[in-house]
Amino acid sequence: MTSYRAAGPETLRIIPLDALTLVYHRASGITHVVDAPVPEMLEALGRDDLSVDQLLARLSERYDLLDADPAALAIRLDELVEAGLVERL
Amino acid sequence: MRHVAHLGIGPVGFRIGSDWRGPIAQLETLYRDYPKPSIPDFSVHLFAARPWRKYLRPSVMIGGDYTIPDAAPLPLAQGLLAAEMGMNLQMALAQRRYLLLHASAVERDGKAVLMTGISGAGKSTLAALLMARGWRLMGDEFVLIDPATGLAHGFPRLISLKNQAIAVAQAAMPEGRFGPLLPGTPKGDIRHLVPDARAIRAMAEPAQPALLLFPRFGFDAAERPVPPSEAFVRLTQSSTNYVHLAERGFDALTRLVQSVPARAIDYPDTDSGIALVEALA
Amino acid sequence: MTPGWRLAAVLRDPGRTEHFSARQWTELFAVARAEQMAGTLAHRLDGLDLHPTVQRLVDDAIASAGQVRLAALWEAEMARRALAPLGVPVVLLKGTAFAAAGLSPSLGRNIGDLDILVPRERMDEVEAALLAAGWEWVKPDPYDDAYYRRWMHELPPLIHRERDRMIDVHHTILPLTARIRPDAGALLADSEPLENGLRTLSRTDLLVHAVAHLLADGDLAGGMRNLWDFHCLVQDGGTMGLAERARHHGLGREMARAGRLSHALYGTEVPFEWQALKPLDHLYLRRLTARDGWGRQGRRLTRLGFYVRSHWLRMPPLMLARHLWTKYRKGYRPVG
Repeated sequence: MTSYRAAGPETLRIIPLDALTLVYHRASGITHVVDAPVPEMLEALGRDDLSVDQLLARLSERYDLLDADPAALAIRLDELVEAGLVERL
Repeated sequence: MRHVAHLGIGPVGFRIGSDWRGPIAQLETLYRDYPKPSIPDFSVHLFAARPWRKYLRPSVMIGGDYTIPDAAPLPLAQGLLAAEMGMNLQMALAQRRYLLLHASAVERDGKAVLMTGISGAGKSTLAALLMARGWRLMGDEFVLIDPATGLAHGFPRLISLKNQAIAVAQAAMPEGRFGPLLPGTPKGDIRHLVPDARAIRAMAEPAQPALLLFPRFGFDAAERPVPPSEAFVRLTQSSTNYVHLAERGFDALTRLVQSVPARAIDYPDTDSGIALVEALA
Repeated sequence: MTPGWRLAAVLRDPGRTEHFSARQWTELFAVARAEQMAGTLAHRLDGLDLHPTVQRLVDDAIASAGQVRLAALWEAEMARRALAPLGVPVVLLKGTAFAAAGLSPSLGRNIGDLDILVPRERMDEVEAALLAAGWEWVKPDPYDDAYYRRWMHELPPLIHRERDRMIDVHHTILPLTARIRPDAGALLADSEPLENGLRTLSRTDLLVHAVAHLLADGDLAGGMRNLWDFHCLVQDGGTMGLAERARHHGLGREMARAGRLSHALYGTEVPFEWQALKPLDHLYLRRLTARDGWGRQGRRLTRLGFYVRSHWLRMPPLMLARHLWTKYRKGYRPVG
């Protein structure tokens, strides 16, 4: 089963501004300007390696998800993999 | 290089060399009141593409510590412009101490107004006219933000006036010192204006950023607040070295957009532009 | 002493700058920047009692090199992630390898593209995996593309569409057109693992590659930097087994020449037989240090000689003629 690992919290500087959030990734030197649910996903992944279903379960515990759809979450994760903020294992 | 000038602009020193006397003589005249640091931060050199092109249809190639491969040469009559472009290129490609914003800036009572926007937004003209109205000109092209202090440092090079802005500035500053008219440059007619004595005297003094403006010229007068996230994105686009400063750049820019109010202003003509800026500042 | 030589002398012994004039400092940095060695120079000078302006230049260059290193290592990490599922050995080369392995040439060193070495028979898979992970072709020019694939030791360069960084995928360290054919299998077989699963060349092969890059591949552009890599690597690990390994790869003569040049320029500790210069070495040294106080390369006759020589080494004459003809028809002229 594919699992996902977020960049270590110590490598991220997360600064919520207004509607958007800035994420500075120390390991890459890249600044990401992101919208919800990206900060929430990074926080939920934390230091654990999680599958899509495990991550969805964790997000559902913490937030009222309107669309608890694993396929949609997998797409968001793929974007984060391409951005380098999440590694696919 | 046969002809050499040294000059300091704000916190940055340059050495400029040239195969021809002309551009150096113009720099020495126009920058005569500027300091001459003995060890510069950057070197620029103007040279002939081929030895015979030094005399025959002379055209000026721009060289320097940092260059781009496809910089087109300019005719010798535009040698002053070539020198200015060479200095700008060093700043844009290699400034690493300060976060470099492509913006003009003026200061009053220790508070700086930063005006950024695409070319043609009128930021040079606004800065020149505000200088004529008693503001201290910090720069018409680049503002330098010190990541350690958050303060803005000026870079008051010659003000580069283009096309219609030339007559506007001459009318506002009949006593101003202007360089030669350079017709037919890649950006149209250009004429340089020497910053006034106060701008030169105070150029080493940083100021606290107090207002960020995103002006647009040629639209009905309008004004709206710019949220920090939008200001952040627009400023990263107007910075050539944001990425290179790594986390220091991130700190400097987040601090700026979180602590300084930002406004987008549209203005139909320079008079209303000036009025808008002075009303907001 | 020319400004180019003076840079070499300062890299060798930074204390020489003690009585430098403002002009000498200015020229030192102009030459170092032209050689892409400002960060290296800065690390050598840092810690000396410097003029405040010079210290500022040093601090900026060190910070800048730090960011370059970070970005280069990240690029290697992204390539690792893209290629990990293939199970292919991926050997980092040049600047990125020095940084990843913590070798001394990496201190302040500029790092450009990401260069990796993979087995030739796995090139297609590697190419497909990189394309799937966001890398794209740089030049769609069919002549260049065909030329690369047929004759070069690498894929045509790829660039990442988001990060705007280039990757060069090599299967050996010299073009197939060169008369010298290093043993690519041995380079891979003797490569050593890094902690993250990527690999670097063995100690001796790092030096073999530095020498191939300096003397058998390019036109000596950037030669001072490449020779500094050589100098630092010898300082890190000595010269034991070096001559033998270089001979195995067909680069024995080049290795000896690099040893002599490095000894002459940087005072590198090399075996006795590499300490006396041969007649042609003086030409190389002149070319390596041919920079004036503005960082410009002088001595155009020498440069032209080395440009032609460089293509000569890479390609047999008939192929060279064909190549230059095709380039000529497209309006290409050698830079100079």
